[in-house]
Amino acid sequence: MNRLETQLPGLNLKNPVMPASGCFGFGREFGGLYNLNDLGAIMIKATTVEPRFGNPTPRVAETAAGMLNAIGLQNPGIDGVMNNELPWLEQFDVPIIANVAGSTEEDYVEVAKRISTAANVQALELNISCPNVKTGGIAFGTIPEVAKSLTKKVKEVSVVPVYVKLSPNVTNIVEMAKAVEDGGADGLTMINTLLGMRLDLKTAKPILANKTGGLSGPAIKPVAIRMIHDVSQQVNIPIIGMGGIESAEDVIEFFYAGASAIAVGTANFVDPFVCPKIIKDLPELLDQLGFDHISECTGRSWN
Amino acid sequence: MIVNEHCSIVSQREIAENIYELILHGELTSKMNEPGQFVHVKVASGYAPLLRRPLSIAHVNKENQEFTLIYRKDGRGTAILSSKKTSETVDILGPLGHGFPIEETKAGETAVLVGGGIGVPPLYELSKQLVKKGVNVKHVLGFQNHAAVFYEDKFKSFGSTYVTTVDGSHGTKGFVTDVMNELSFDTIYSCGPTAMLKAVEAGYATHKKVYVSLEERMGCGIGACFACVCHTADDPFGFSYKKVCTDGPVFKAGEVVL
Repeated sequence: MNRLETQLPGLNLKNPVMPASGCFGFGREFGGLYNLNDLGAIMIKATTVEPRFGNPTPRVAETAAGMLNAIGLQNPGIDGVMNNELPWLEQFDVPIIANVAGSTEEDYVEVAKRISTAANVQALELNISCPNVKTGGIAFGTIPEVAKSLTKKVKEVSVVPVYVKLSPNVTNIVEMAKAVEDGGADGLTMINTLLGMRLDLKTAKPILANKTGGLSGPAIKPVAIRMIHDVSQQVNIPIIGMGGIESAEDVIEFFYAGASAIAVGTANFVDPFVCPKIIKDLPELLDQLGFDHISECTGRSWN
Repeated sequence: MIVNEHCSIVSQREIAENIYELILHGELTSKMNEPGQFVHVKVASGYAPLLRRPLSIAHVNKENQEFTLIYRKDGRGTAILSSKKTSETVDILGPLGHGFPIEETKAGETAVLVGGGIGVPPLYELSKQLVKKGVNVKHVLGFQNHAAVFYEDKFKSFGSTYVTTVDGSHGTKGFVTDVMNELSFDTIYSCGPTAMLKAVEAGYATHKKVYVSLEERMGCGIGACFACVCHTADDPFGFSYKKVCTDGPVFKAGEVVL
């Protein structure tokens, strides 16, 4: 028995561990370090209709137990991703979850329609929570009705299941989750980064050229755990959890909170070998805790 | 081939004001082939600080499996690193990036190596490798003041060495470009603050062989996070870009927007 095998809408995963979008590019860099077939899935970098250069530098700033980033959705655009990145990833036996971003509903719909037809894309992750772009992104992620409408429109055109990535920068995360579930979402991914800022001691000005950025890393793990704990009890769709995961122990904690799979983000920047390490460590941890299969852990905090 | 290894400290000493020379022992030394490459250093386990620090490789001794890092104690991370003692280990990821193209200077030709402050260290390994292939080397090294000067004698052992200081407390008062104008050479290899690189690039715009090594805030160091991108010179406001960590840190002058 494969104790890590995980079934989710559209996704038949060898294990529930995958790199988070924006923290793994399109896989090429990590492909030189280890066999990408080891991964449960890959969440590729956000794709928009047109190519984007992103924000000016500095784009990252370190914080206590975390980092701020304001990359600004740099990507080669839907044509570049369809023609160059996804075909390269076809050499691996790994499902791809394509992160879809945009400034208008039409943008999201166009990217979703095209990218969902790629041979190895088995699910979409609707990015309604990027804090680093001027228009779109987070606007769709903070108003329940807007998020629901967008989810509905993307569901109409996508030929693969749609997961919606929730922003933690809201007053009521459960309300947002329920809205996108009503809109037809097949699953949730959560959480995206928390909006933050750092100031330079000498200049008194923000370190990031974009002024604000998204906070990620171990610092945000308790926020993610709390939100997944609250949301998972109120919706009937699975959650892929993320936010500061860097060890097998963290993975189990996310499952206890209510996640059915997890993604690793910032930890890839500190230790590029972290994903295969976590996958290797999980069976022994399940032994220690007395579980046959990792799915037994989901929702144990409230179930 | 990028390796993650805990390297043991052979020695660490302060060689100028707040400038430290750290010699490490590790098998990954065998992978260090291009002068100008860097390693990504985790100065402490845990979250304080969380991210690695990119430091250039100043010298490689493959026989002893030792390599040298020279850095300035300038913040929390480098302060922690500077307090490490012999026999402790340091978590190293590397070697990373593309270094200086030594093949661009033939035996018998002359290269001038231009460094500013904490941009000087990678030029030492570069000079060693150029001399080994029969290139005549000249060094122009700029520092803030006399207290900040390091490795002057070591560079002198490879070729003529000119030192400038901003305040004139050592060598020639002024900037590296003031001295460069007096010299003749076939190739320029340069590493230092952006203002210095811009001056070198502007002063030698028609020179065919000018190479500059850039410094930028980095996240992952392996090309995945897109923190250290810069525009390409032929498309300064468009979508084309280079990553300092993997496409660089060394670029041909005029290739990217400084």
